[in-house]
Amino acid sequence: MAGAWVGAVETAPPRTGEAKIDAGQVVDRGALTAAAQLHRLRSGDTGEFERLVVTHHALMCRVARAYVASSAVAEDVVQDTWIAVLDGLTAFEGRSSLRTWIFQILKNVARRRGQREARVVPFSSLMATELGERTLPSVDPERFIPPSDHEWPGHWLWPPRQWEGGVEERLLHAETQALMAASIEELPPAQRTVLWLRCIEGWASDEVCLALEISAANQRVLLHRARSNVRGSLEALLETS
Amino acid sequence: MVTADMKCQEFVELVTDYMEGSLPAASRVDFEAHILECDGCEAYLDQMRRTMQTIGRLSERDIEPKALARMLELFNDWRTQSDHRGP
Repeated sequence: MAGAWVGAVETAPPRTGEAKIDAGQVVDRGALTAAAQLHRLRSGDTGEFERLVVTHHALMCRVARAYVASSAVAEDVVQDTWIAVLDGLTAFEGRSSLRTWIFQILKNVARRRGQREARVVPFSSLMATELGERTLPSVDPERFIPPSDHEWPGHWLWPPRQWEGGVEERLLHAETQALMAASIEELPPAQRTVLWLRCIEGWASDEVCLALEISAANQRVLLHRARSNVRGSLEALLETS
Repeated sequence: MVTADMKCQEFVELVTDYMEGSLPAASRVDFEAHILECDGCEAYLDQMRRTMQTIGRLSERDIEPKALARMLELFNDWRTQSDHRGP
């Protein structure tokens, strides 16, 4: 293993992009940046590692928390994950992004830990529970014209309003942000995790599906419920005062 | 007559599928036609988009200084153990 990493990083272009540096060729900047980052990590650049930890640590705790019984255990899982990441760095081939790889390790560590503790709820069963629950409508049925109406059943009785002017400004207020963060915290864990990854971390849907081992359809259902919930809380806040 | 079938109550359940680009073509046509004639649903879709944008402004970059210090220690240990690595 010793010494292999230098050759590996400098001779093998990342598989995902056309990272050829010859003049006139298309350079995939993302792939180059990723290769450089990996190179710095492998050569022991503390600043690069710190950036990586600062970027991912809190979210990793959040994802780990979906698998294990307490925040303390989640912290442990994340720490073990970082150790595994460092140990695997030499062998990492860059076939997936570094981030995807880290979260896959996290998932495996969390699952192993879960099996050991036996009282742990894996993400798949959290999700099954949430998806199996009676589906609440995205919007209170009272806001629609009842099915008994002959002309317009299912159309708005109390339609939402455009958020403009003062309401629009209030979206940016600290108070609004705090309420939103609180309403995200209250979401069931699977919804919350998907929402965080998609909206706050900006992950693509296939990346979320891979990291959490869920189908695209289930991911959309969770995302939809989460978004609809948070919109409802925001609407209630913005339209009450 | 493309829009006749979609009710607002159905519309609100399709918003994510629409935003994710996973609505079948025929439903997408109905969905978009519905937006054109229904102010309430137009506002609803806009509220969902703004909700997303507002959520996107939150961030989760906080790590406790103690936790960060512990991770950096791990990194140092790892670096020291891997003495084949150059300076």
